[in-house]
Amino acid sequence: MKFGPMKPHRRQRLMVVGLIVLCSSAAVMLAMMALEENVNLFYSPNEIVKGEAPVDTMIRAGGMVLEGSVVRSETDLTVDFVIGDLVAAEVPVRYTGILPDLFREGQGVVARGRLTPEGVFVADEVLAKHDENYMPPEVADVIARAHENETPAGESGGQ
Amino acid sequence: MIPELGHFALILALCLSCCLAVLPMVGVQQQRASLMMLGGALSSGVFIFCALSYAALTWSFMVDDFSVSYVAANSNSALPAHFKFSAVWGAHEGSFLLWTLIMAGWTFAVACLSRSLTLVMRARVLAVMGFLTVGFLLFMLLTSNPFTRSLPVPPQEGADLNPLLQDVGLIVHPPMLYMGYVGLSVPFAFAIAALLGGRLDSAWARWSRPWTNAAWAFLTIGITLGSFWAYYELGWGGWWFWDAVENASFMPWLVATALIHSLAATEKRGVFKSWTVLLAIAAFSFSLLGAFLVRSGVLTSVHTFAVDPERGVFILGFMTLVVGGSLLLYALRAGRTHTVVAFDYLSRETLLLINNVLLVVATLAILLGTIYPLIYEALMGGAKLSVGPPYFNAVFVPLAMLLLVAMAISPGSQWRSGSVGRLLRRQWLYVPLSLVVSTAVLSGYETFSMGTAIALVLAVWVLFNLIEDLWRHIANKRDKLRAIFAQSPSWYGMWIAHLGIAVAVVGVAMTEAFSEERDVRMEAGDVVSVAGYDFRFDGVRLAEGPNYVADRGAVFVTRNGTPVVTMFPEKRRYLARGNVMTEAALHGSILRDLYVALGEPVGDSAWAVRVHVKPMVRWIWFGGLLITVGGLITLADRRYRHRLRREAVVGAELAT
Repeated sequence: MKFGPMKPHRRQRLMVVGLIVLCSSAAVMLAMMALEENVNLFYSPNEIVKGEAPVDTMIRAGGMVLEGSVVRSETDLTVDFVIGDLVAAEVPVRYTGILPDLFREGQGVVARGRLTPEGVFVADEVLAKHDENYMPPEVADVIARAHENETPAGESGGQ
Repeated sequence: MIPELGHFALILALCLSCCLAVLPMVGVQQQRASLMMLGGALSSGVFIFCALSYAALTWSFMVDDFSVSYVAANSNSALPAHFKFSAVWGAHEGSFLLWTLIMAGWTFAVACLSRSLTLVMRARVLAVMGFLTVGFLLFMLLTSNPFTRSLPVPPQEGADLNPLLQDVGLIVHPPMLYMGYVGLSVPFAFAIAALLGGRLDSAWARWSRPWTNAAWAFLTIGITLGSFWAYYELGWGGWWFWDAVENASFMPWLVATALIHSLAATEKRGVFKSWTVLLAIAAFSFSLLGAFLVRSGVLTSVHTFAVDPERGVFILGFMTLVVGGSLLLYALRAGRTHTVVAFDYLSRETLLLINNVLLVVATLAILLGTIYPLIYEALMGGAKLSVGPPYFNAVFVPLAMLLLVAMAISPGSQWRSGSVGRLLRRQWLYVPLSLVVSTAVLSGYETFSMGTAIALVLAVWVLFNLIEDLWRHIANKRDKLRAIFAQSPSWYGMWIAHLGIAVAVVGVAMTEAFSEERDVRMEAGDVVSVAGYDFRFDGVRLAEGPNYVADRGAVFVTRNGTPVVTMFPEKRRYLARGNVMTEAALHGSILRDLYVALGEPVGDSAWAVRVHVKPMVRWIWFGGLLITVGGLITLADRRYRHRLRREAVVGAELAT
């Protein structure tokens, strides 16, 4: 072995770099794993109706709350309503709890929850927006796309 | 007329800040003291004109000048005066004017308080800050002018301030937060100035430290107030949502925290110099990133302002220029500041390094989660997703716990050298003691959570070490009481801030594990029991406010039959826009908060009612307050001023 003892500051630098690399790679691994598990994909009513959304997986869905679709339970805080893209697709949603202040018929909402095999979206959370003029970008997108598709094809099941 | 004057003042401020960005730098280049000296006067000018402009907008709000579109959109003649005053920063344009005013204010403060800097350093620092001010003013004048009139037919009445913002918490929260965000431009300017001069020494670190601490303290209180506001105003009873905009304020805070610690090492021991510079650049870059995320509308969040792509593009461009430019400068210059200072593995330097690595890794993990939806959307051609709070908890909490470990043993560490024996001195006593204390606390609850237990043990362990540290500082003094007050403000600031962290961690751990929450349907007379408290709903009555009408519920709370309090949650309907707001009722104490919010009427006489009992939730904000106080106390340290003078003289000699 021809190598002499490493100079102290070199060894120190090596330690520092090693520590940083170790820490960061561990953190990146943890982060990627956590990301994998905790990402909620967004699906439009159209995609859900077509069966493209996974069943019993945490996803997000968004659309307009259809006029006249909100039905409250007589006994507890369960609310049923329908979200749609105002063209063809409609998805029934069930939520138990307190709705945000700005929730009402004709408004765009985004909900987080799971789709049952029967096609009902059971929401854990209905997202609140603090400005009544604010349209969630996801919902704006859903409606824009639905209207684009409508002109050539005119899918069945419209309102 | 007044709004036009305000607009004109902004344009003048822009002209002056252009001069501020250029002239002192030219002075340095040509070694002309007269040009370098201009920095002070120009900073005052920029500040005065920004203040005039700000005053003009405030005036327009106070006199209900609805011909100004911004006023019409965010005020109403029925709005109480103090809310008209705070409505100035209630939306994008005005809040950015406040941001710019604060930027000019910090520049002015640096100009006033840095007379002891060398002429060259001062000129450079002020020029860098002037450059940033130019960017902010241009942004405002080109994309978000708050003085735009809606002529020829101005509305008779304003649309009113968003009811969520009609709250005292919101009068103080944004200015404090902006003080922090923008204050980080000062260490940034110092870092750039030092890089330009090619001198990264401990004097530079000492100059930066008080400014960094001040900005960091403001950022801390801003975030704390924001969290408290979200808790009582949003009506959900949560205190942190890992929302994109919360993250936007938390990331610069984490980096600034790393910077504070790294600056300490750089000042005291001359280590980590280029790393510290990089952190100073990064802290301000994260501030800008925050501004971008909030104001461009690229992310869905409860906070984001109205979407306007033009603004986003401008900020993105400015951010690229600032961050790219400073990183380029860093790459060119930082290599030159190579120094060799050795330290032991178990020294304080190593602990500070660990602190830095953990904080930076935590920041990057949060950054990844925050912008992942953007990356995904770009890569997957428009597919949308969101990253939920579980991700952030999963990555942040373990790192935070490691940080607590480093913090617990840090008081026993020494600069430069150390040994296992010294570092772990009495830990054989404190660790079991913390376990015992935590077990005693947790035994009062029926449920158990491992995370909470660990966090609690760590917090108590930190506490023991802090007490020992205090004792060590006064143990060999004769008059112990006086010795307590005779410690240096720097040390005290550190001590109190660390105490604040421990207090906040206790609050977080207890609240997260033992909060009880019920959403119930209640008719008048119904009783719901939560965590040993009985909440009796006594129905709602109509109440009237200055610009709203409310359904005012009454909830009578008893515990084991003893009356505790009657709470009055409200559901308000604001008349101008007709929007509905939940006003939760709180009854707080050191050990628990009772929280009642009205949902909506369900059926004839029944209401949806949300009832929470949250143990020790106030500790979170009290901890934040302690951290802030700690940061502010360090500013009182005379050391900064005295040594500054002496070194300034030496520096001046060197410069000539």
